[in-house]
Amino acid sequence: MAKKLYKGNEAFAEAAIRAGCEGFFGYPITPSTEFLEYMAKRMPELGRAFVQAESEVAAINMVYGAACTGKRVMTASSSPGISLMMEGISYIAGTELPCVVINVMRGGPGLGNIAPSQGDYYQMVKGGGHGDYFPIALAPSTVQEAVDSIALAFDLAEKYRSIVHILVDGNLGQMMEPCEMPPMQPLRETPPDWAVSGAKGREKRILSSIYIDPPDEEVTNLRLLKRWMEIEASEVRYDELHTEDAEIAIIAFGTAGRVASTAVRQARAEGIKAGLFRPITLAPFPKKEIAALAKRTKRILVVEMNTGMMLDDVSRVIEGKVPIEFYGRLGGVTPLPDEIYDEIMRISHNIDAPAPENPRMEWVTRLEKILEGEN
Amino acid sequence: MAIAEPKIVYQRPTSLATRVTHYCPGCTHGVAHRLIAEVLDEMELREKTIGVAPVGCSVFAYNYFDHDYVEAAHGRAPAMATGIKRMLPKNTVYTYQGDGDLASIGMAEIMHAAARGENITVVFINNAIYGMTGGQMAPTTLPGMVTTSSPGGRDIESMGYPVRMAEILSTLDGAGYVVRRSLHDPNNIRKAKKAIRLAFETQERGLGFSLVELLSSCPTNWKLSPVDALQFIEDKMIPMFPLGDYKVNPEIGKLRV
Ligand SMILES: Cc1ncc(C[n+]2csc(CCOP(=O)(O)OP(=O)(O)O)c2C)c(N)n1
Repeated sequence: MAKKLYKGNEAFAEAAIRAGCEGFFGYPITPSTEFLEYMAKRMPELGRAFVQAESEVAAINMVYGAACTGKRVMTASSSPGISLMMEGISYIAGTELPCVVINVMRGGPGLGNIAPSQGDYYQMVKGGGHGDYFPIALAPSTVQEAVDSIALAFDLAEKYRSIVHILVDGNLGQMMEPCEMPPMQPLRETPPDWAVSGAKGREKRILSSIYIDPPDEEVTNLRLLKRWMEIEASEVRYDELHTEDAEIAIIAFGTAGRVASTAVRQARAEGIKAGLFRPITLAPFPKKEIAALAKRTKRILVVEMNTGMMLDDVSRVIEGKVPIEFYGRLGGVTPLPDEIYDEIMRISHNIDAPAPENPRMEWVTRLEKILEGEN
Repeated sequence: MAIAEPKIVYQRPTSLATRVTHYCPGCTHGVAHRLIAEVLDEMELREKTIGVAPVGCSVFAYNYFDHDYVEAAHGRAPAMATGIKRMLPKNTVYTYQGDGDLASIGMAEIMHAAARGENITVVFINNAIYGMTGGQMAPTTLPGMVTTSSPGGRDIESMGYPVRMAEILSTLDGAGYVVRRSLHDPNNIRKAKKAIRLAFETQERGLGFSLVELLSSCPTNWKLSPVDALQFIEDKMIPMFPLGDYKVNPEIGKLRV
C-alpha cells in the first residue's frame, strides 16, 4: 500500500479503526483533539460506537463498561485528561479488562501548556491509578511507528487482559508525516468467554474489581504480578542505532529518541562513536538490554523531555557500572538535535572523566547556562 | 369433595439468585431487588440483561441477581452503562444506584446520560443518607436531619438543601420516563413495581432514558426501628420528595401493564 500524508492524531485514529476498535469514548483536549474529531466522523460511518463524554472521568468509565463486552475499545486524551482518567484506569486494571489509552502528552503540572512534553512518564509507565497493577506502556517515535503500535497495543491488551498505554507527545500528535496504513482488520465475531453479553444458556458472569476479603485480593494481586512477569519476559521492544561499537550511548524514547538519532548520525559523520538505544516498551523496561549495553559502552547519556524520570529507571539497571549523564528540556520545550550533538561532543572530550556524582544536578547547572544564553 | 391442585402463587423470581443478602433488617434494598427481578422475569429480559452495580450498600447487588452484572466506580454507573449499551444496543442495561452515588459524586454522569437520552434504565434508591459508610449526610438528607456528618442536624445555611433528582432529570429532553415512588407500604410497593416495569418498557421501545426514584428506608443509620423507619418515609420524606410522574413519554402513558 502506498504512503499517504497524515496528521499524527488522525493517523492514530485511522489505525485504531483498522485495528478493529469498535468503541471510542473521549473528551476534547489539545494536543489530542483531532483524534476525537476523526473518530466522531469515521466511527458512525462504520456503524461503530462514538461518544463525546461529559468529562474524561465519564469517558474512561464508558470505556470501562464497553471493555466489559470484550470488544476492542479505547480513548485518547492529553495529560490533564489522563489525570482524570486514572480512577477508571485503576478499575479497568482491577477488573482485568483489555483496553488502549493514548496520551498525547503536554507540558505540566496543572494546566501547564499545550506544547509537547514527556512529563507524564511516571504516571503512564508506573501506573498512575491506585493499587497494585502494571500497565504496558509503548512509546513510538514516528507517526508510522505509532500507527503500527496501535494494532500491537490491542493485541497485547487482549493477550494479557491488560491496559496498554501509548505515550506520544504533542509533536507526534500534531506533525504531518507520510505513513502507510495497515489493512482493515475484520472485527471479532464471538466475544471472549469472560465478557458480559446476557446470561443466555450459560451461568451469569460478573465483572468487578472488588475482592472484599483481603486474601482474595492478595491472590489477585499475585495473579497480576505473575502475568506482569510473563510480559516482562516476552514483550520487551526497543530500537538501536549504532550501539554495537558506541562509546557514548544515548538512551531516549519517543520524540527525544528521534531528535537524538539525528545528533547521533551527525556525530558518526564526524567519526565520533555515538549510538542510540531507544526503548519502545517503557513498561516492560528493556532492563537486560540496557545492562548489556552498559557492558560495551563507555558512557551513557539519557535524554528526555522531562526532569529525568526514565533516568531513574536507567540508573537502577546500570547500578553505577558505567557513568551516566543526563540532558533534558522541560515544560513543553523540545530539544534540538544541535543541543544533543553538543552534549555528545562534551562527553566525547571527557570520555574518561570520573562519573558525575549526580547527573541530574550537573545537568541543571548546564541547562541554566543554556537558558541564560537563550534569553 | 376433591382437593384442588395446589397452585404456586408466590415464589422467588428466576432473575433473583438463591442467596442470602447482607442488608440490615428492615432495609428496603431487598424489596427493590425483588421488584426488578419480577419485572425482568415478566418481560423475559433476564437472558439479555446486564446490570451495573454502584458503590454503596448495594455494591454486591450483582450477587443477588441471576443475570450478567458489572460493578462500577462510585457514581459512574451511568457512564459504564452507556459504554455497555453503545456496544450492545440490543441488550437491556440498567444501573442500580444510591443517592450518594447518583446525586453527589455521580451527578455529572447521571445528568448527561439523561441528556443524551441514553437508552438505559436507572433504579435510584433515595434513603436520604450514606448507608454503607455509616450514615453521613447525603445530598438528599432532609433539613434538620441528624447524620454523622451533620451531627447538629442538616443546617441549610451551611449545608444547603436536599436535591430532588426526579424533578431535575425530568427537565431534560432525553428523558423518556422519570417517576418517584416509595417502598413504605404494600400499596406503594405495587405502584413501584409498575413503574419499574414501565421504565424497562421505555428502554425496550427505545424511548430514551428512564429512571425510577424509590424512597427507601435505612433503619440502621436513621436509628429507627424498621416500622418507625417506614413511618418516617411517609411522614417526613414524601413531603420533601413528592411521589408522582415527572416525565412520561406518551407512548408509555398509554401502556396498560
Ligand atoms: C471515590 C470514592 N469515594 C468515596 C467512597 C466511599 N463510599 C462508599 S459507599 C459511599 C456512600 C454511598 O451512599 P449511597 O449512594 O447513598 O448508597 P447507600 O449506601 O445509602 O445505599 C461512599 C461515600 C468510595 N468507595 N469511592
